[in-house]
Formats: sequence, C-alpha cells, structure tokens
Amino acid sequence: MIRARQLEKRFGEKRVLRGLELELERGGFLVVTGPNGSGKTTLLRLCAGLATPTKGTLAVEAERGRIGYLGHEPLVYRELTALENLELYGRLYRVPQRQERSGMLLERFGLWEARDARTGTFSRGMLQRLALCRTLLHEPELVLLDEPFSGLDVEGSALLERQLDELRADRTFLVASHEPERLQALASARLALA
Amino acid sequence: MTYLADVVALTRKDLLLQLRARDTLPAMALFVLSALVVFNFALPVEESRLAALGLLWVAIVFTALLGLGRTWAAEREQHVLDGLVLAPCDRSAIWAGKAISTFVFLALVELIALPAFSIFFSPVSGATVAGVLLANVGICAVGTLFAAMSSAGRGRELLLPLFFLPLVLPVVVGGVGAGATDDPLRYLGFLALYDLLFAILSWASFEYVVTE
Repeated sequence: MIRARQLEKRFGEKRVLRGLELELERGGFLVVTGPNGSGKTTLLRLCAGLATPTKGTLAVEAERGRIGYLGHEPLVYRELTALENLELYGRLYRVPQRQERSGMLLERFGLWEARDARTGTFSRGMLQRLALCRTLLHEPELVLLDEPFSGLDVEGSALLERQLDELRADRTFLVASHEPERLQALASARLALA
Repeated sequence: MTYLADVVALTRKDLLLQLRARDTLPAMALFVLSALVVFNFALPVEESRLAALGLLWVAIVFTALLGLGRTWAAEREQHVLDGLVLAPCDRSAIWAGKAISTFVFLALVELIALPAFSIFFSPVSGATVAGVLLANVGICAVGTLFAAMSSAGRGRELLLPLFFLPLVLPVVVGGVGAGATDDPLRYLGFLALYDLLFAILSWASFEYVVTE
C-alpha cells in the first residue's frame, strides 16, 4: 500500500526525513514513533499527498479520495456546526447517504447532542472527536492518523481504541503517536524515526 | 453536474461563514463609504466628473483588496485547506466557490457604494454600472487566485497588493473608459475579454497553487 525508497524531505536547509525506507502492506497497521521534529507529521503529509518528497520515491496505492487524514488541526470550519462540516465534506468526498453516515459517526463518537452547535464552541477533545468523524466519513482504505489520542479524555481514548480495533480488519493504518503502548495490540509493524 | 454541485456547496459554505462571522462585509462597506467621504472633501469644489469617476474606481479596487485579504482567512487560520485539497473533487471548484462568494460580497458593497457616489459626486450611468459588474468578475477571478498564493507565504499583507494591483490596472482602464466615453461598448467588450482570459487562467492554474 505504501512504499518509500530513500525518501528525503527538506524545508529549506532543514532536513526532516533522510533516506527513509518503508513498506506497508495492504491491511497493515504501522505505528510511527519518534521525538518532536523527527518527521512523523511530515511522513504522514507526504503519504497524504499534501507534500512532495525532496528526494527518493514514495508510492501510495490509494486514490486521493480514498485516504483519511487526521492532522494536528481538526480541519473543520469554526463557524459551521458539526453536522454542516460533515455535510460539506460528505458532498466533496462523494459519500453516499452522507446524512445518515454523518449522523451515525457523530453518534458513535458521542457528538450527536452537539451536532447543531458551531464547532468554534467545542472543546479540544470534542474537536478531535469531530476530526475523527471527518477522517472516517468516506470510509477510507488508507487511514493516516497524527497523534489521534491528542486532546481526548479517558472515555474518548477508549472509544477510539475500540474504533481502531473494529476498523483495522479492512483498512490500512499509518499512525504517528507519542503513546505507542496504546496501539501495541493493534500494530503490525513499528517505525522509529530518529 | 457534480462539478457544479461542488461549486454550489463551496459557495454556500463561504456565504454562510460570512453571514455568521460578519467581519469582512461590514469592514468593506465601511471602508468604501469612508473612502468616498474622504474623496468628497479632498476634491476641489469645482471637481470634474472624470476625476470623481477615477476615484470611484480607486475606492472599488482598494475595497476589493480589503475583502480579498480575508478571502482565505478561515482556511488559513483553521488549516481547512488541507481537508479541501484532499477531497476527490476538482480543485478548481474550490477557487470557483471562493471567486463567486467574493463577487457576491463585492456586489453587495457596491450596492452601497454606487448610491453614495451619486450623492457625493454625480449620478452613475448605466455604462458605469455595467462596467462595475464586469470588473467585479475580473477582480474576483484574479484576486482569489493571488489571495490563495499570498496566503500560503509569509508577508501576505504585502504580497497580495504587489501581485493584485498591477494585474487589475486594465480593469480600472476599462471601467473608467466605460463610464467616461460616448462609446462604452468598446470598453465593456475589453472588460469582458479580460474577464474571460483571466478567469480561464486562474481556473486552470489554481491546482498548482494549492499543491506544494
């Protein structure tokens, strides 16, 4: 699903990734760890197609609309409600029966009651839950998660673990996390960036 | 049909954002009124109609610049552009949605500006109104593209006017010409041609602006 050869990414003079070799099979669950600035986020952005490699090759066998990307930001409009945000993404991602799908995800992630509230009023944890709904809305085949537990409370983290466990059967995951122990049971491979 | 539906959804989203945030539109309206008031006092009492018409275009272009500076504010501040760019829709639909919503905001502001101009200076002719509408298309097409380009970099407040103002000079020439001559059709045709050319260029190049 993902194959990287001698992957390098620079931002000006700063080299973030250097000579990275990576192979992730379809259905795999790769956990990426490493200290701040080691290139975890950059690797995910490269895989999502949001950045281009400076050197080396990167092949991702998933079309643009089949990738679910959870970044550091929730990527939602603060002046729109949770439901309106998902409606917009559902439209752009060609989600069939998007109203039902949005409602189901909001319910699953405990946001149904807040569906008509503007996301500008949401707490960090609620925004992260909504971002997870957005990421999974179009049933992506490749899921890229950058610090998915960030901002989630105990209940939210447990909910996410359950969701990942359910979803991992028919999807490929690349997850960057500072808490790899949470994903130990799910991971099929681990990559430590220095 | 899908492309049009995407453009409609994105335009609707931008209008809704502005309706709720209420930041850019009141600022643009206040700016254009203030500019016309200042020009009213700055021009000599026996000012010419031509000079006043020129100032109307100065007010319109700088009001548009003010609005364009905020066009991508939500995407920039909330990093939403990544989410839109990842969607399988044609990326030019994002530009089209923004350009249309910016056109609506500018037209709404001009609904205030043109009557105000008539009060302060002289009545506005039909040719001037047609010129303003055609100019809006070009301003929004070019401005939306360059606002996206400048919003990605540092010093965007400096970059946007540097890119935008030289490119809309023909719009000012066409707009003033349409309102000031006896043969406005020639200038309106020129504006229409400018709109067509730059709308196509902006539409086609947006894809490259939003990819790294």
